[in-house]
Amino acid sequence: MDYISILSMHQELGLIAVFLLVFLADLFLPERSRPLIRPIATLLLVVQLVGNIIPDEVILFGGMYHSTPMASVMKNILTLGTILVFMQSNDWLKREDTRHKTGEFYILTLSTLIGMFFMVSAGHFLLFFLGLELASVPMACLIAFDKYKGHSAEAGAKFILSALFSSGLMLYGISMIYGTIGTLYFQDIPAGLNGNALQILALVFFFSGLAFKLSLVPFHLWTADAYQGAPTNVTAYLSVISKGAAAFAAMVILVRVFGPMSSEWSQMLSIVIVATITIGNLFAIRQTQLKRFMAFSSISQAGYILLAVLAGTPQGMASLVYYMVVYIVANLAVFGVIASVEHHTHGKLERADYNGLYQTNPKLAMVMTLALFSLAGIPPFAGFFSKFFVFAAAFNSSYYLVVFIALVNTVISLYYYLLIIKAMFITPNEQPIPTFNSDNAMRACLMICVAGIILLGIVSNVYSVLSDTAVKF
Amino acid sequence: MNILSFFVIIPILMLGALWVARNINQVRGVMVAGSSLLLALSVYLTIDYIALRQAGATAEMLYTASISWYEPLNICYSVGVDGISVVMLLLSSIIVFTGTFASWQLKPMTKEYFLWFTLLSAGVFGFFISTDLFTMFMFYEVALIPMYLLIGVWGSGKKEYAAMKLTLMLMGGSAFLLIGILGIFYGAGGDTMNILEIAQRHIPTQMQEWFFPLIFLGFGVLGALFPFHTWSPDGHASAPTAVSMLHAGVLMKLGGYGCFRVAMYLMPEGAEMWGNFFLVLTTISVVYGAFSAVVQTDLKYINAYSSVSHCGLVLFALLMMTRTSCTGAILQMLSHGLMTALFFALIGMIYGRTHTRDIRFMGGLMKIMPFLAVGYVIAGLANLGLPGLSGFVAEMTVFVGSFQNDDTFHRICTIVATTSIVITAVYILRTVGKILYGQVQNPEHLKLTDATWDERVAVICLIACVAGLGMAPFWVSDLISESVEPIIAVLMK
Repeated sequence: MDYISILSMHQELGLIAVFLLVFLADLFLPERSRPLIRPIATLLLVVQLVGNIIPDEVILFGGMYHSTPMASVMKNILTLGTILVFMQSNDWLKREDTRHKTGEFYILTLSTLIGMFFMVSAGHFLLFFLGLELASVPMACLIAFDKYKGHSAEAGAKFILSALFSSGLMLYGISMIYGTIGTLYFQDIPAGLNGNALQILALVFFFSGLAFKLSLVPFHLWTADAYQGAPTNVTAYLSVISKGAAAFAAMVILVRVFGPMSSEWSQMLSIVIVATITIGNLFAIRQTQLKRFMAFSSISQAGYILLAVLAGTPQGMASLVYYMVVYIVANLAVFGVIASVEHHTHGKLERADYNGLYQTNPKLAMVMTLALFSLAGIPPFAGFFSKFFVFAAAFNSSYYLVVFIALVNTVISLYYYLLIIKAMFITPNEQPIPTFNSDNAMRACLMICVAGIILLGIVSNVYSVLSDTAVKF
Repeated sequence: MNILSFFVIIPILMLGALWVARNINQVRGVMVAGSSLLLALSVYLTIDYIALRQAGATAEMLYTASISWYEPLNICYSVGVDGISVVMLLLSSIIVFTGTFASWQLKPMTKEYFLWFTLLSAGVFGFFISTDLFTMFMFYEVALIPMYLLIGVWGSGKKEYAAMKLTLMLMGGSAFLLIGILGIFYGAGGDTMNILEIAQRHIPTQMQEWFFPLIFLGFGVLGALFPFHTWSPDGHASAPTAVSMLHAGVLMKLGGYGCFRVAMYLMPEGAEMWGNFFLVLTTISVVYGAFSAVVQTDLKYINAYSSVSHCGLVLFALLMMTRTSCTGAILQMLSHGLMTALFFALIGMIYGRTHTRDIRFMGGLMKIMPFLAVGYVIAGLANLGLPGLSGFVAEMTVFVGSFQNDDTFHRICTIVATTSIVITAVYILRTVGKILYGQVQNPEHLKLTDATWDERVAVICLIACVAGLGMAPFWVSDLISESVEPIIAVLMK
């Protein structure tokens, strides 16, 4: 191996370059041109996305780093999501109390993204763990970003405690794998798996650690508080990007590494999925604060994503990544609206505050409606297609009952999504949120999201490309 | 470009035009132009279809076309029509056309109302032209969801409750449907979603056993199958006039059509196994709906329960599985669609004037608004099956066809269901007598006016269709009967 081959990790290297450039800009830009960091960071990420748009396969360090074409697509999707989050954050970063730490926001976010990149393209448990930690620790800082406001600091503390605990669990599981097999390379583990008790224990510990990140039931308890306390833009990031990376890693590791033990984990996963979807849904009904509400909604969405993992086939992989893209645009549209309303009304987040929103801000209400319909899986919006594909994937692998329960749950989820739509369109309000104009970046972001929600479903190419890429994941 | 695709393209263009429309006149203009175009298109399609058949076209579906959509799952946008779908398209376009006029004076947010209304009709048309399970299901859901806002925003009474109940029950039904569709798809080999191709294959009997009831229930919820009909009275009573028309007139037909085309056609063994069970439920629907209508005092509730009864009859006739009864079922779909739309249109117009729908507070309307009252009488007579109007033709065919089954079980069901004719007469004549004749109950009502021009357009159109179908039913029943044949052949095997 020569040193030049390290350059083939171009996605990670590109991102690290972006990170360093933003860091230097933050350090050396004079005070008055500090706001330039916002467009600089966003543009650099766009360049990074465009530059690495073509998926390829890279194996380095004897298999320690293994980026499949699918992983490379996934990294691009994460980058796209991050760009959208950056576009939404302007209003918040312009605020008096956050203005001086604009640079920190970008640096922290980018470093979590680097961590996720390594999670997604790991070929070795240590690299995976490194990535995971890199993704978690700065995330806690992000959650506690508004540390003198509301529950931000408390949420950050909760997050870091549960993240550390889950990392501990996961490491324990990894150590058992090393103990029984003697290697941590993904490609070598399957041969050594024989399903003995210690390996099952390793699987359970490892999966529990991952389940914390994905906020699956019964490891979801930190989610609502962290989502509520974090600044809204960070919540948006947390709900889509870090969830997406973890879901992808779960699929890769469960199928590629623990593949021979699939009869063991599929049963466990089925139970977790059913519990996650059902409990997420039932708790979401009772939430009146939108950020908490979205927390439970995202818990149940994670359950749907895992249906694709359960399928464990290339079809499942394609459906998972497709689901993630659709989920990212829809969820970010919802969070965009929430953030926008919160900013212009000084912190209104209750569902009741949205009563009559259509009268004063019809466009925002429309965006929110489309996004919620997409999350609920209503055609012709993209969410319908993505849900159908994960169901089809799991059904194709003969998990009829799980699919059935998940389907019945879509009705419950429709109920609570309709509650918000009802608030915006039907419930009268004496003093609705006054009419306001969002800033241009936010508008552009919402437009991209809406275009995604409408076009991702009707234009079938995305799924076809993913399907072709997923043949060997 | 395939002619059938225009049924979807026109509504989509209408959506675009409505989006940019600036004032109410432009909105109305778009709606009238679009719905007339759809009506003309469906009339042309009917004539052309009959001509093609007479010229000797023997394929099961005509105008078929298919474009690959989601290749990895073999999902296509594929279209095609047989006699049944042609008739349904005709019905839908008539109701969309008259519904436009029935909501002429609707306020507020007229533009948004018509946007959702058009989206709903796009779903309905798309459903009837599709021959691909996925596309069909997609259009089915597109037709359901606008209902929530249409009832929730523009409805009356306990509209929020009704809208939520309706949406959740129907979406619950479609959850059943979706798993059933996946079952059919993978049961038939997982390489085609096309109904015509799947019909040529054999789905394993064990799968049929499981997935037939799921699909039948899924569509049955929309077809007001007892005990899943409870969304219908509340929904219809709270919906604005045109939405009630479209919903009872067309949307409930999606249920019957789907039961026939998807559940029974693709899974004949499942139908045989579960037929009797569902037959009992539908018989209950027919009689229970009629009895419930007798005790209601709200005009819309009366008609909603009457719809439960009549739509129950559609499913009942389908499950009788003879050629005559299935032809009757489709005729009943058509006839019920027209007359119930007429009913809801008239009720809406009367309610708009009297501001009450309670029959206890109305009387002597014949003198006050003769046009609407005569219309109401005609609708009532069609409903109770007077010869010369559409109801008679349909119900006659249904019961004659049902009686062709000569075992005791089917005979008993038929006889029980037949009693609904008498009960229908009770509630129709009682209502007509109460609100149209007798003393004027409220002196305020004397000041009321008769129908305006836009209302007359809607009513006359529908009466002409109801009477036309009653007087000259043969071309329609031939059209249907021919297309029922291949499906019955599968069921009889």
